[in-house]
Amino acid sequence: MAEGWAWFTDQFEQTFITDNRWKYFLDGILTTLEVTILALLLGIVIGVLVAVVRSAHDSQRGNKKGIGHFVLGVLNWICKIYLTVIRGTPATVQLLIMWFIVFNWARDDIMILVAALSFGINSGAYVAEIVRSGIMSIDLGQSEAGRSLGLNYTQTMGYIVIPQAIKNILPALGNELITLLKETSICTVIGLQDLTKGAMIVQSRTYAPYMPYIAIAVIYLAMVLVLSGLLNLLERRLRASDKR
Amino acid sequence: MISVKNLEKSFGGHMVLKGIDEHIKKGEKVAVVGPSGSGKSTFLRCLNLLEQPTGGTITFEGIDITDPKNDINRLRARMGMVFQQFNLFPHLSVKENIKLAPVKLKLLTKQEADKRALELLERVGLPDKANAYPKQLSGGQQQRIAIARALAMNPDVMLFDEPTSALDPEMVGEVLDIMKELADDGMTMVVVTHEMGFARSVATRVLFMDQGVIAEQNEPEAFFTNPQHPRLKEFLSKVL
Repeated sequence: MAEGWAWFTDQFEQTFITDNRWKYFLDGILTTLEVTILALLLGIVIGVLVAVVRSAHDSQRGNKKGIGHFVLGVLNWICKIYLTVIRGTPATVQLLIMWFIVFNWARDDIMILVAALSFGINSGAYVAEIVRSGIMSIDLGQSEAGRSLGLNYTQTMGYIVIPQAIKNILPALGNELITLLKETSICTVIGLQDLTKGAMIVQSRTYAPYMPYIAIAVIYLAMVLVLSGLLNLLERRLRASDKR
Repeated sequence: MISVKNLEKSFGGHMVLKGIDEHIKKGEKVAVVGPSGSGKSTFLRCLNLLEQPTGGTITFEGIDITDPKNDINRLRARMGMVFQQFNLFPHLSVKENIKLAPVKLKLLTKQEADKRALELLERVGLPDKANAYPKQLSGGQQQRIAIARALAMNPDVMLFDEPTSALDPEMVGEVLDIMKELADDGMTMVVVTHEMGFARSVATRVLFMDQGVIAEQNEPEAFFTNPQHPRLKEFLSKVL
């Protein structure tokens, strides 16, 4: 027992205290959160835009002529290619291509932005399909009511359909957010010092894998728990208008 | 006010409207009756382009609304529509439902819209429901709110698509009463309905639609007491 405790304190000291190694973990957490939040925002913007284009295209009836229809057709086609390519290739590969090919001129200090961009583009594809399912879950009568009042398509989407859709898709979006947070750990492949990379660096100094890796597992778990708690809270807020 | 010329609408290969000519004058209350599948709802929905006609023209106050060059949103803002399923916005309170379009389209300021919403709620007899949500209301109350919402835009004409068909029988009266008041105030109305009593007492003209055409039309007394078309005779014998 005493032996085990001695081992634990020794490992703890090596992993966190010596040479201020705790900084690797703290900086790593901040980097991971920064990449996640930026990617999340980008993913939602891309996702909503793609979803709106796709549903606008699919809900078109009759009137299949005119420049508007043509533009929408082209946009829809671009969106489909985007979804196919992004969902059909691994996020790791996308990240490697983004950093070593697309941004091969970039200096290391914008690596975090490149990683966020890559994850955002990746996440957007999944968010798009989630948002589209949300839009489709809203009764057609809702947008007809909006349009019959004289609101245009964008206003009807923005004030009537999307707010209701968001409520329906919140659990799925939360899921995507949690996946995104954990998935950022693959940015170690381009050398970004996130939480996982921090633990790898510490392990390379101490040659002791247990403490750093178990520690980051616990840290990731804690972050996910906090996130799910926040999402639950938000969901209950939004559901308030249903339970009367 | 509304002129319909040779209106056609088909869904895929199925022709629902087979050439309709109709002229609705300001102040008229036109009831549209007929068996299900006769095209009466499609006809109404073409009037504000919720359905895109596949042939013919519709002119509203001198403007061809089927011409893509004309801004359909501005035209729709002057045509109120009331749906069978109410279609209130469930995430907004009653007052916000009424205010949304006039405020977002910048026809009224928020304060003006507030005042207007309360006036309209008074008018439909639900002044105490301003802050309620649609799900807390009965079907009849929801439909009265939907009428108030359409009236908030100060429309020149009101289109009703079977406004009482989704209601419990005991709630039909309260909605018809509001519509009757609206008619008495001089509103131009086009009402697709199965309420023959309403058509007879409120309408100035009744259209009978059958198989995608207007088979017969007349002023209500003659329409109900002296039908000519055999299909109308058969229809009335079943519903009266």
